[in-house]
Amino acid sequence: MKQVVKLVFLMLPILLLIGCGAKEVKDEEVSNESVVVTAPDEQGASASEGIGMEGDLESAEAAESDKDLLAERKIYFDFDRSNVREEFSAVIEAHAQYLVDNPSASLVIEGHCDERGTREYNIALGEQRAHAVSKMLTLLGASRSQIRTVSYGEERPEVEGHEESSWKWNRRAVLVYAE
Amino acid sequence: MTKRIYILLMCVGLWSSQSSAELTIEITEGVEGTLPVAVVPFAWLGAGKPPQDVAKIVSNDLRRSGRFDPMAMNDMLAKPTEPAQIKFQNWRIMEIPALVIGKVWLSGNPDFPYGVEFRVYDVFKEERIAALRYKVRKGQLRKVAHQISDIVYEKLTGEKGAFNTRIAYIKKLPQQAARPYGLFIADSDTANEQGILVSRFPILSPTWSPDNKKLAYVKASNLGAGIYIYDVSKQTQQRVTPKRSSYSAPSWSPDGKKLAMMLAKDGSTDIYVMDLQTREFKKITKHWAIDTEPSWSPKGDSLIFTSERGGSAQLYRYTFKTQKIKRITFKGRQNLRAAHSPDGSMITFVHLSSDRRYHIAVMELDSGLMRIVSSNSRGESEHESPSFSPNGSMIIYAANYPQKGAKTKRTGLVAVTVDGRMQQHFTDTGAGEVREPAWSSFLN
Repeated sequence: MKQVVKLVFLMLPILLLIGCGAKEVKDEEVSNESVVVTAPDEQGASASEGIGMEGDLESAEAAESDKDLLAERKIYFDFDRSNVREEFSAVIEAHAQYLVDNPSASLVIEGHCDERGTREYNIALGEQRAHAVSKMLTLLGASRSQIRTVSYGEERPEVEGHEESSWKWNRRAVLVYAE
Repeated sequence: MTKRIYILLMCVGLWSSQSSAELTIEITEGVEGTLPVAVVPFAWLGAGKPPQDVAKIVSNDLRRSGRFDPMAMNDMLAKPTEPAQIKFQNWRIMEIPALVIGKVWLSGNPDFPYGVEFRVYDVFKEERIAALRYKVRKGQLRKVAHQISDIVYEKLTGEKGAFNTRIAYIKKLPQQAARPYGLFIADSDTANEQGILVSRFPILSPTWSPDNKKLAYVKASNLGAGIYIYDVSKQTQQRVTPKRSSYSAPSWSPDGKKLAMMLAKDGSTDIYVMDLQTREFKKITKHWAIDTEPSWSPKGDSLIFTSERGGSAQLYRYTFKTQKIKRITFKGRQNLRAAHSPDGSMITFVHLSSDRRYHIAVMELDSGLMRIVSSNSRGESEHESPSFSPNGSMIIYAANYPQKGAKTKRTGLVAVTVDGRMQQHFTDTGAGEVREPAWSSFLN
């Protein structure tokens, strides 16, 4: 029982996100700003609900940590770099697995940069960051048709500010799942 | 429905804030060796206050060019407005070599309600060197004032003036605005600001077509960045690149028939040329590293672009005839986003020096000689988006500088003479950031 409560608790942010998935008014183009994470697959959830035997404990925990990783949707980069840091491999592996398990799921990867350097160079760099993540996902089995990349360059910072403590949050790729 | 009303209200809010966002000019660094000139207040033959202070506009234009030192109106011993009233001795003793007088009147003609005339004199020779009379439509007095500045500038320096020209730029309102990104056009002195379009998606890289009739710009949306063309007289916009891919950094060919641009495909960002008539693309560069920010040479024979193929972002030149690529910048950590001077002899670009700041630099293409022209007088850490005036004498760029007591910096426009000796900040009084200025070519 304790496990079920814990699971619901873990899923809460995801459920909340689904609740917030209201569509926004269009600005000529399709809106994707309402970020929505697709519900975790039913089978996985019911499998971990089937508790009772001691032996299930470990696999339930594994499923939970996968969901933790799936809730992680931002990958951060070093200055002027587009290679994915090793610490984010597990996150990308979890998303790749999710895409493999859910062939109808699709996502947009947004590439972003900090404010340093020219705006157009950063559009190109953001593109490379998004592509680097996309490439890892496809190498891990996701289909190319499930993934689209866009770059916002330095135009949409996550944190306003003009020093490394802000910049490090702005050099990122963001995984945005379609509804 | 409620959402829609909300958006509409935000738009109205945006527009009303823009009308109060007047740009003011502040000159921060004077220069030795400028030419003194007296622009006497023009006579106003009408009731009440004149609709525009023509002499002040001319005087400010001349000062902004960095070539002139216009006399303060309070220092003038006399204020002639007719040729017969001029006593050259008054100006000789003040060591003023050039004198401009004029007047503005109501004509009674409903199509051309104003008349303007002006005269320019060489004080030492006691000779008239220019004189013109204008019939002026409603709302066109500022334009005529800039035309007068152009003539005075040309008569006294021998070079064409660039005051009667326009700049396009991007304005970004605080992020909470429904449509924070706007494309604007203004006169070269940032007066007469006019909103072109607003968007909730980032807009960047505005650039004038060679005939000034269109503006190409980039919108970075969730469909991928794309290049749009805005037709200034028809007031229409059109996406010219395909959706669901990433096109950016447009540069017009000198004949206005093609655009050079960056296309990101399969993780590789390369330079392409698009024929605007046939919509066909030609691939120019092929390298896994970033290639972007092409600038078409005024002769049309080459492109200068940014590439990080050598390990850091530097400028390279592609020559169409030979299809060869050659690196052209070697100093500094990075050199990015070149823009050609109108005669093609120079480029201006963004230079990252060892002080880790981004400066505006110019380089003579023949000699490779480079110098920094922007200064960090306001503690700026980043200068970007330089653009030459159509006579090649000035560069306008965007600077971000700290604000007292605020964590975020402000971005505003700065104009600097090509020798770097004189700069002026255009201070926007509104809430927006002003960035990415693009200077038009000469207007007809």
